Amino acid sequence: MGIKILTEHINVPGIETLEVYRKHGGYRSVEKAIKTMTPDEVVEEVKTSGLRGRGGAGFPAGMKWSFLAKPEGIPRYLVCNADESEPGTFKDRVFMEKNPHALVEGMITSSYALGANTSYIYIRGEMMFILRILEKAIAEAYAAGLLGKNILGSGYDLDLHVAPGGGAYICGEETALLESLEGKRGNPRNKPPFPAVKGLFQSPTVVNNVETIASVPWIVNNTGAEYAKIGVGRSTGTKLISASGNINRPGVYEIDLGVPVEEFIYSDEYCGGIWKGKELKAVVPGGSSVPILPKELILKTAAGEDRLMTYESLSDGGFVSGSMLGSGAFIVFDEDQCIVRNTWNYARFYHHESCGQCSPCREGTGWMERVLHRIEHGHGHQQDIDLLVSVAKQIEGNTICPLGDAAAWPVASAIRHFREEFEWHIKHPQEAIAPGAVYREQLAAATV
Amino acid sequence: MAETINAFKFSDKALAEIQRYISHYPEGRQKSALLPALHVAQAENNGWVSPEAMDAIAEILNIQPIEVYEVATFYTMFNLKPVGKHVLEVCRTGPCCLRGADQMIDTLKQKLNIEEGETTADGMFTLKPVECLASCGTGPMLQVRETYYENINSEEAVDQFLEMMRNKEVETPEWAK
Repeated sequence: MGIKILTEHINVPGIETLEVYRKHGGYRSVEKAIKTMTPDEVVEEVKTSGLRGRGGAGFPAGMKWSFLAKPEGIPRYLVCNADESEPGTFKDRVFMEKNPHALVEGMITSSYALGANTSYIYIRGEMMFILRILEKAIAEAYAAGLLGKNILGSGYDLDLHVAPGGGAYICGEETALLESLEGKRGNPRNKPPFPAVKGLFQSPTVVNNVETIASVPWIVNNTGAEYAKIGVGRSTGTKLISASGNINRPGVYEIDLGVPVEEFIYSDEYCGGIWKGKELKAVVPGGSSVPILPKELILKTAAGEDRLMTYESLSDGGFVSGSMLGSGAFIVFDEDQCIVRNTWNYARFYHHESCGQCSPCREGTGWMERVLHRIEHGHGHQQDIDLLVSVAKQIEGNTICPLGDAAAWPVASAIRHFREEFEWHIKHPQEAIAPGAVYREQLAAATV
Repeated sequence: MAETINAFKFSDKALAEIQRYISHYPEGRQKSALLPALHVAQAENNGWVSPEAMDAIAEILNIQPIEVYEVATFYTMFNLKPVGKHVLEVCRTGPCCLRGADQMIDTLKQKLNIEEGETTADGMFTLKPVECLASCGTGPMLQVRETYYENINSEEAVDQFLEMMRNKEVETPEWAK
């Protein structure tokens, strides 16, 4: 059992209120930062901590902060990305719902570090009930002098607002998010300029994920050096994992980065093993856009080493035999799941969510969906598999934002690791479309 | 446009809520309140956003109507045609499917005798498939207005849910109370 930086008090009754939150040490980082540290000192601590962006990309947060342009007389913004939409990911939702003040505290301390006087939490519109919870917490913080003018008598001013989206996965991409926050369609912007130079309202802006911002108070309270001691190598600190799929204990778990994947799946502290006594078939370890891995490659790397829950270990082997930690959405498939059907489902998702700006993504996602639909429904052609590989390749890297890659990777990896299953669907359409039909030979071979 | 069948006027509480959002943004950036305004309009207009409601928003935000239309048609939460009393937004994405979302959706279709995107003859339910709602650990699930209904993993659970909804009034959003 590791240290709980984010979830230690999450189940304390009343923790959503300022009173209980403060009783458990809440808002200490605001006092410490504002009263005893300069903004640059806070940025330095976050740099030292090695904290990496928890939304999926894993970019070092302190470095992102240090890129923020600081021209005289122009406001700077901190925007929290609470548009959690990557299939499989629900950690931020659970975190904000239970412990809203922890995010508000992180926003205040981080805004101080960046010199922002107005900050926004952009939350997906479907989570309107959490917007209400956050607004209550923010109102309490204003009443206590933790937000507004002259916070804690320091002369530092900060306004914090929550803004709802309208239902669009693409708005999790930071420049699409900024467009949406300005009341526009969520079309990602061309970069450069990057948000650090021209972001919200054409002003320098930092966009960070909920979990990233919520990790800052602990770093300020305990120092970046202490944070960096947790975890393995460049994967420092703890990570919230959203565990879903065919497991006994789905839910959000805070782990020290470095827990072995096998332990995470089978230990009763986490997933509690595969449900209904079934066998593990595959895992998508970082949200729907990262490559799927079959059992033998998720438990051990191609070199035979134990796979660990870290950025580095999960990507060991590149896309030939590895995957990514991504947003920490750990989706588990049992032996009864059909990879073709799941791949079609994901392809439909990305087609639905493509903003339509770039042709390779707009046309390619629909093309992949149609081909996968016909394979799944018993009308596939022998050449369809190579066609899918070719379309995925033509999308990858050829779009303004990473949605194109996110659409291509699940298809390419499913074919890479489960090609026989696709071939079986095409060669034996009658058997394949029977309800509950699943190709089993690969599973049998893997367990020998 | 004013005399069409969908005549629309914001209530005072709705106008106050939109003004509250406008106040969150710098001078001249009132367009930022567009998505919140669309949510407010939808809640005020029986669950959908009419062209007249969009025109009213354009006037409040001092922007062109097309700027509202192009945004309303981009985001999936805004219903641009009349809907039933309760819109069942069912998650159809992979992680929920691993836990039986396809079966939940099929059962709903069968019990309500409608297909996806349709409304029951009595106007009580609209079945609207949506993508991942960040509730993957508690799927299969669906959303109605501002509430998530989770772990609907059997025929009995679907029955119980429908029975409850038939007797439920439409939720009033916080700002309208």
